[in-house]
Amino acid sequence: MRNLFSKKIQEVVLQDEKIIFVTGDLGYNALENLRNSIPDRFINAGVAEQNMIGMAAGLAYKGFKVFCYSIAPFITYRCLEQIRLDVCIHKLPVFIVGNGGGYGYGIMGATHHAIEDLACLSSLPNIDCWIPNIDDDVPFVIDEILKNKKPAYLRLGKNVKNPFGTPPEIISQLKKSPQPRVTIISQGAVTQNVIEATENSSDIDIFTVSKLPLLEIPINLKQSILQSKKLLIVEEHVFRGGLSENVSLKLLENNIQLDKFKALYALGYPNELYGSQSYHQKISGLDKENILKVLTEL
Amino acid sequence: MQSYPEIQRNLRTKILTMYKRANAGHIACSLSCIDLMIASLILEKTEDEQFILSKGHAAVALYVSLNYLGEISDEELLTFYTDGTRLSAHPSANKFKNIPFALGSLGHGLPIAAGIAKANKILKNNDFCYVLMSDGETNEGTTWEAMHFAVKNQLDNLIVMIDKNRVQGFGYLQDVLGDTANPKVWKEIGFEVHETGGHDVAQIRNTIQHIKSHQNKKPRVIIANTIKGKGVSYMENTIDWHYLPMNDEQYQLALKEVNHQK
Repeated sequence: MRNLFSKKIQEVVLQDEKIIFVTGDLGYNALENLRNSIPDRFINAGVAEQNMIGMAAGLAYKGFKVFCYSIAPFITYRCLEQIRLDVCIHKLPVFIVGNGGGYGYGIMGATHHAIEDLACLSSLPNIDCWIPNIDDDVPFVIDEILKNKKPAYLRLGKNVKNPFGTPPEIISQLKKSPQPRVTIISQGAVTQNVIEATENSSDIDIFTVSKLPLLEIPINLKQSILQSKKLLIVEEHVFRGGLSENVSLKLLENNIQLDKFKALYALGYPNELYGSQSYHQKISGLDKENILKVLTEL
Repeated sequence: MQSYPEIQRNLRTKILTMYKRANAGHIACSLSCIDLMIASLILEKTEDEQFILSKGHAAVALYVSLNYLGEISDEELLTFYTDGTRLSAHPSANKFKNIPFALGSLGHGLPIAAGIAKANKILKNNDFCYVLMSDGETNEGTTWEAMHFAVKNQLDNLIVMIDKNRVQGFGYLQDVLGDTANPKVWKEIGFEVHETGGHDVAQIRNTIQHIKSHQNKKPRVIIANTIKGKGVSYMENTIDWHYLPMNDEQYQLALKEVNHQK
């Protein structure tokens, strides 16, 4: 999604001279055009993420809207206090962009993975966490972030094509069945696996959620769950503080009863071995085959 | 206008009174930097410029300065440290124009100030940004990140003031990590360095005016040699008075001492 992001940012910075783009010394083969088109508003803040976020808060205080870009773990965990204090409690328009959320950086290893990022950031005040699930979500989410002018975290993942042609929404229904047997809520790059696992099924509803914290269960999702009474959640993030926990709370608050509930989520590194994004998905049971198996069992 | 010594006595008295009423600590921290605040925030900062108190534990010095400037009333000063106040022990967010950021976790002010200075460069205005730090704060990694950022971005509109009282939270500057507020180091990294006495308002003002009179693409640092607890003999240069509140006797002695200084 990095190139989709770069393309969209290139458009918006030319339309709005109050946008500044800051990178933590990353963006090779993706951000060169942006750097050339707005040299005065493109800042390489170096390998110094904490200063990058504090400095961005200073820029935002003076009226700028500031995108800060790095690899997801570096721009979340490393500078969590700067995000909380300098940005969030002051409600400043600093938009934190983490590339490669989840196991996105695969064989690069645990240092480059972000599987607790949404838990960390979505618990902070005044911030929205945005997770584009399919490619079309990327420009939609960037427009939302700019419209809202408040702290935001944008977690970019790998490209996922939408075969259903549905328009992007915060909570989007990708697939609708007349009589859903199971309702799936998916988030992040694993949406690709969900789409593939349900290719030949006509009795599955698929929803994606592109924003946390989850504030409400929309009516179409509620109807689907009430019909199917079986819910499967799939996310490339640990259970705690992620989509599964968010949805569980809303189900309880709204007294929505289920016959069966299953959550598939990132398990971390249970075997302490490393591999590609697909490898880690498989170890956590987020792969297509396991999703199919779970669907059969439900 | 009052003379500098009159302002200094007046604000030190208010600082002591606020801490005594609240039975709170960080007294010596405020007494250490109040003269820097008088010179910069009260006397030199213009309407459109920002002053960032990075050593947020000296919030009382900031509150009495804003009281002097008319932004915080005498009545509101009485709410310091009480439930439901806007005047917490470290400055809180989004409440006063001249408290643009809530600070208190050390090492946050310099990056923010560098961002403001960078914004002023992009906006092509002539405003400066002031940031007042403790010397202990120069231990922080963010200080070193922001120093290099400020030099690389040629932020000669950034005025860093270091309250160099040489007393940290649990030891003396030299004994903790060494002198991370060493002027040689700041100069080597690329700052224009000024060393001044930290309690001479006229000297600090002159330094700021000199800084503002020329551009040289170098961020500026005023390393102000201060005395922690300045004005109260039993507090000066001690670690204890970073934390302790005063009893009645100590309070009376402190008031007497700050009001008998020239």
